[in-house]
Amino acid sequence: MGRRSIMGFATLATLAAVWYLATVPLALISPGRFPSPLDVWVSLRQVAVTGYANGVLHDHVVHSLKLVALGFAVAAMTGVPLGLLMGWSRRAEALINPVFLLIRPIPPLAWIPLTILWLGLGDAAKVLVIWFAAFVPATINSFTGVRSIDPAVIEASRMLGTPLRRFIPEVLVPAAGPMIFTGLRLSLQASWTTLVAAELVGALYGLGRVLNVAQQDIYPGMIFVGMACVAVLGWATTRVIAEVERRAMPWVQIAES
Amino acid sequence: MDRSATKPLTLGETLGYGAIGLIVFFGVWSFLSFSGAVSRQFLPAPHELAARFLDLLTTPFAGATLPRHLASSFFRFGCGFLLGAAVGIPLGLLMGWSRTLDEIVTPVFDALRFIAPIAWVPFAALWFGTGLGGPILIIFAGAFPPCLINAYRGARFVGRPLVEAAQMLGTGNLRIIVEVLLPASTASIIAGLRVSAGLGWQSLIGAELIVASAGIGFMMVQAQLNISTATVMSGMVAIGLVGLLIDVALRSLEAEVRRRGLA
Repeated sequence: MGRRSIMGFATLATLAAVWYLATVPLALISPGRFPSPLDVWVSLRQVAVTGYANGVLHDHVVHSLKLVALGFAVAAMTGVPLGLLMGWSRRAEALINPVFLLIRPIPPLAWIPLTILWLGLGDAAKVLVIWFAAFVPATINSFTGVRSIDPAVIEASRMLGTPLRRFIPEVLVPAAGPMIFTGLRLSLQASWTTLVAAELVGALYGLGRVLNVAQQDIYPGMIFVGMACVAVLGWATTRVIAEVERRAMPWVQIAES
Repeated sequence: MDRSATKPLTLGETLGYGAIGLIVFFGVWSFLSFSGAVSRQFLPAPHELAARFLDLLTTPFAGATLPRHLASSFFRFGCGFLLGAAVGIPLGLLMGWSRTLDEIVTPVFDALRFIAPIAWVPFAALWFGTGLGGPILIIFAGAFPPCLINAYRGARFVGRPLVEAAQMLGTGNLRIIVEVLLPASTASIIAGLRVSAGLGWQSLIGAELIVASAGIGFMMVQAQLNISTATVMSGMVAIGLVGLLIDVALRSLEAEVRRRGLA
């Protein structure tokens, strides 16, 4: 183990010890304000076994994960091609950019009341608002990715008469790949933030619903469990994207050499 | 292949295509609204939205006029954003300067980083209430990380050779931080401030949608409960405009810093 990981481990261990000491033996922090480690364990058991806020932990996690995956997938499938198109064709950019500039300053979370008005509190409203949130970073980064391709590469493939149906998968997408993935990572973060917010505003299931009910019940242990689950899922899904990127990139390097 | 990929368009072409894009956008919107394909109550036509927006400037809704709601939101945003910058930037610089501090703070920061700022809402409400303190914590949670990361990156990667030179010349620690690291990382810090402001503003809106008794987000929730789509959309427009103004202000700060050669 390197010095860095030893220090990191020591810091986190110290924090955990301080947490325990401050909540249980010394009672510096009131249990109504922040849970003790034991409270967290009890809450975790409760939500995992008997259930809380309309379901057990497994249901909430699956529900939230499903909505994020759906919203993110729709955003990636629409945002990336649009960004590539705008990057490739100046005409498309000139056509779409003004509308994009008009809508872009509105933060994704500000769409939540409108989507509730349109689609209610169900899943469709969440997917729509996640799509709005995740669409923008996917588009912008794909656009930038295409624009930052070395013009010589494009000129060369044009000179060699590469047809468009080969040019897009074999030149355009690989060359813009790193930027596309940067965009997708940002999209994924935006998806989680938006989902949690949308579920906090109103939902029937999901981790945001757990947080919302725990807040109303003034149940710090459950709030802690909800936050921890959101963080773990955010981290895990980011790892998945990183893994996909790692597997995609070697192929890119081979294609370029 | 499309020749436009490499050749820029003329100004006339850009404006022309842009106008077509906007006309199509507003045309489809108006058509959906006027034709009755979507109920007017759920999708007001553009001119109805504009009328409602102007109306809200003087007529109170949910206890205050639109500018008053915005002012109350903006005040909270200002407090949380300044707090995030005041804690994040010095901490980031110190982390870039001291390896030990870096090794202590980074694991904690990494562990907390994946919690979406908005997930702090229940604790924020529990600890500081829903008036001023709670929302400030949420904005802080959104605005603090980019400030810290960018100050850190600026100090760690841009400033490193300069710090070594300054140390060799026997410069004191405080002077190194203030006179070497801070100027060397100004560009990075300001870029961080822009990201921070965007995230902070968006987090505040989210917090106000969930728990608040005033502010633009609160107004939108009330409008949603009253099924007044035009009011909800007016709120979105107002939020977008303020967000844009904040970004323009920070951009001009960036340009000013650059012009004076500070970065």
